[in-house]
Amino acid sequence: MNMMQRLSRVDAINWNRLQDDKDLEVWNRLTSNFWLPEKVPLSNDIQSWNTLTEKEKQLTIRVFTGLTLLDTIQSSVGAPVLMEDARTPHEEAVYTNIAFMESVHARSYSSIFSTLCTTRDVDDAFRWSEENPTLQAKSQLILERYRSDDPLMRKVASVFLESFLFYSGFYLPMYWSSHAKLTNTADLIRLIIRDEAVHGYYIGYKFQQAMAEASPERQQEVKDYAYELLLELYDNEVRYTESLYDEVGLSEDVKKFLHYNANKALMNLGFEPLFPSSVTDVDPTIMAALSPNADENHDFFSGSGSSYVIGKAVATEDDDWAF
Amino acid sequence: MLASCSPTPIAGTLVYFSTKSGNTHRFVEKLGLAAQRLPLNRDAPAVQVTQPFILITPTYGGGSAQGAVPKQVIHFLNDTHNRHLLRGVIAAGNTNFGEAYGLAGRIIAKKCQVPLLYRFELFGTDEDVANVRKGVEEFWKRLT
Repeated sequence: MNMMQRLSRVDAINWNRLQDDKDLEVWNRLTSNFWLPEKVPLSNDIQSWNTLTEKEKQLTIRVFTGLTLLDTIQSSVGAPVLMEDARTPHEEAVYTNIAFMESVHARSYSSIFSTLCTTRDVDDAFRWSEENPTLQAKSQLILERYRSDDPLMRKVASVFLESFLFYSGFYLPMYWSSHAKLTNTADLIRLIIRDEAVHGYYIGYKFQQAMAEASPERQQEVKDYAYELLLELYDNEVRYTESLYDEVGLSEDVKKFLHYNANKALMNLGFEPLFPSSVTDVDPTIMAALSPNADENHDFFSGSGSSYVIGKAVATEDDDWAF
Repeated sequence: MLASCSPTPIAGTLVYFSTKSGNTHRFVEKLGLAAQRLPLNRDAPAVQVTQPFILITPTYGGGSAQGAVPKQVIHFLNDTHNRHLLRGVIAAGNTNFGEAYGLAGRIIAKKCQVPLLYRFELFGTDEDVANVRKGVEEFWKRLT
């Protein structure tokens, strides 16, 4: 729908008449996951923050400033652009939620800054973000697709932002958390990570629906463009990662995290993963910080772990189970 | 045409559920093992299995146990006959959901006292497919 059509007529949205029940499923998921930074006791990290070296503090502020930029792009450009391409009014409504939550994410980093950092250090980092070539390059690569007239590539760019580009940044709070540092900040970042997974999944799902209707030639073209864009973003991410993490000796592990998440971004689009498992073996302590016991069941089939993994006590929905 | 209210028998040793996004379906396709898909439509005739099976299910939500197991899977497991033939569960999910990664699998494992055999993300990597194919084969051997 173009802007003129949009302005000339809007129909009232009826959530009781769905064209695609995935819209309601995701709407419910996103709204039940709603949160605000105020619910996380960030001030409990002040002591921990003070144990970081000046270099580590600068790295952390820069990483969070970079993430703020991505959230800002997604909130003010990405989600609104996707709204224009929505297939159903409910999809459009889901994007309004995504746009707002990206604003919440961007706002959260400022909450972290105001709790832990000095104004001058934060101002310096924002200046750094405006001048850093690799950060600006990734922003440009995404914005170019958002400005293009190709709805499929707009979704591809959006999924890459949600499911790939954030992770060079997300690595650091997971690293601090695995060293028992900035653990409340890490809790907040985990809420963001959870949201981004739903966003990437949903936009990827809508992408796959649109792809299924395209001609085989067009499908191939989009697929080629998508891998091309991923590799372009990847090259830039590697440079960005090195410029930030070389100093603390973490670049190589961050790159594994990039590979792991690039694969998941491709999968959200329905494409096969690109990076083999030999380069996606992220440090297990990082994976544990992301998802505790992420590999606990891995051993059932290989026979090397504890024999039976019967679920831990979790509150189940007994009302729904008849036994 | 068969009467639509009679239970549908299943011959396979894998039973799975997949939403419209089709990630779990795609994983099962890559496995290349006999498998029966549970109907997406909740009004579809009830499915009844005839032999021991492993269940593959996605996880809904992204945090709470409430709603983590798809309703269609609960519906299927509420049938005592089906439940008694369940031998293990494999869950799809996303590590982005932290502790809730593959939560549906843990809930079913606990509720039905069967092992959680494996978890994979989205539609699984080639390595996941190889692990599950091998694991399932050996699992059935161990049980017989």
